[in-house]
Amino acid sequence: MNFDLNKKTLREVNQHLQNFDRKKNTRKFEISNPQGQHAICAGLKDDIDITIKGHTGYYCAGMNQKATVTVHGNVGTGVAENMMSGKIIVKGNASQSAGATGHGGALIIEGDASSRCGISMKGIDIVVKGSVGHMSAFMAQKGNLVVMGDADADLGDSIYEAKIFVKGKVKSLGADCVEKKMDKKNIDELTKLFKKLNISEDPKKFKRYGSSRNLYNFKIDNVGAY
Amino acid sequence: MCGIVGIYLKTKKYEKHLGKFLSGMLDGMATRGPDSAGFAVYTKENKKNFKYSICLNELKENDFKKKISKFIKKIKLTYYADHVILETKEKPAKILDLLKIEIPEVSLVGYGKSINIFKQTGNPKDVVKKFKLSSFSGTHGIGHTRMATESAITTQGSHPYSTSEDECLVHNGSLSNHNNVRRSLIKDGQNFNSENDTEVAAGYISNQISKGEDLEKTLKNSLNDLDGFYTFIAGTKDGFALLRDEIACKPAVVAETKDYVAVASEFQAMAHLPNVNSAKIYEPKPGVVYHW
Repeated sequence: MNFDLNKKTLREVNQHLQNFDRKKNTRKFEISNPQGQHAICAGLKDDIDITIKGHTGYYCAGMNQKATVTVHGNVGTGVAENMMSGKIIVKGNASQSAGATGHGGALIIEGDASSRCGISMKGIDIVVKGSVGHMSAFMAQKGNLVVMGDADADLGDSIYEAKIFVKGKVKSLGADCVEKKMDKKNIDELTKLFKKLNISEDPKKFKRYGSSRNLYNFKIDNVGAY
Repeated sequence: MCGIVGIYLKTKKYEKHLGKFLSGMLDGMATRGPDSAGFAVYTKENKKNFKYSICLNELKENDFKKKISKFIKKIKLTYYADHVILETKEKPAKILDLLKIEIPEVSLVGYGKSINIFKQTGNPKDVVKKFKLSSFSGTHGIGHTRMATESAITTQGSHPYSTSEDECLVHNGSLSNHNNVRRSLIKDGQNFNSENDTEVAAGYISNQISKGEDLEKTLKNSLNDLDGFYTFIAGTKDGFALLRDEIACKPAVVAETKDYVAVASEFQAMAHLPNVNSAKIYEPKPGVVYHW
């Protein structure tokens, strides 16, 4: 089933996809002429497959559950933000805060992602085949951020228990983020993730970064300040 | 919020359509700034004459003509709603004083040898129609749609701000140390007409350029001297430069084809441009000056 956003309003299309008739067999949809509109495919909750032909605006496929959304173009700020499950594939570049606060599912960006990719992520797997901008994985709590290219300044600032894997160069690490040993357990985890997402990469080529947990507790040495 | 846009033509192919393109871009950014709008269109430099873009405010066209004709004889006046473009050989030093002292009821929006600049309150969709932006041709242009934060919704509070010949600035964001910077620039001889933070940034740029810095270096210096959040597009007669602060909270996206470079706060403002879907589209990096 095809939707042309030059002919139908975004609200009509989103309402149709959100209130999808589960008895119907049609589970494949295509959206053309997105024209950079915001919130395309936001709030989907069914196991459906959507292809978007063109560039989208902010919050594309935000809050997604179960659905698979493929964007043949670039996406604006906050793609797949607060996603719960499902899979979002971006063929082009992503703007800031890609996968922000995502709880689950997978976000795959084939181009670059800009600043704050995976900010406050809570369990989502984010794979960026290009590079990520500054302050990526800021305050990231859970899940994996995998970067095939480079990471810009302040990677993983104030990170909690999310894991960051980078194949390229890291410009600098943010507060409390350190390089960690890539042991067998981590290699196995990454191998499993690549297999699940059908990605052919050698996990051994990646370095791992995570929290040094120095910001978790109050430092007793500072008690004199109070 | 606020929306900013800019388009620079690399070839002559679309010069006649520049106004139409810019108009569509401002239309697309009306959602980010419904309070007021403004734009600057740069046309080929006029070697002989200066162009002064003037907002008549309450003054009638004929009254303005009568008043200005008393002081200068050879003039060409072109009216666009409540704005007029005054063309004359007379130099800025004379005209700026003349307007200030003899016709204080009008306000100068900008001047130079290639800039045409307009701004007014109201929804951008109406503002572009009022000034017939679609009818303009030119080499490059920048524009702004405003959601007012720092100062009131007035013509003076609208962008672009032009503080020197053929220079102007649009800004998405807010500056926190503008009062301090304004005070030190006033001491250095810079004039300001509003309480607006962006006018300070425009004045800062003009001030540095007047001291011999180039635009790129000036914008780099602003990273140290201006506090706050910003994406700037600064126009000159040759082109424009783009800068995002180092935190880069304020958005910008660039689309480049063999014929043009377009910049906007959001992609939807450029969705109508020719061949944009096959353009090279990227997000400018924080703290890096881009220049076309």
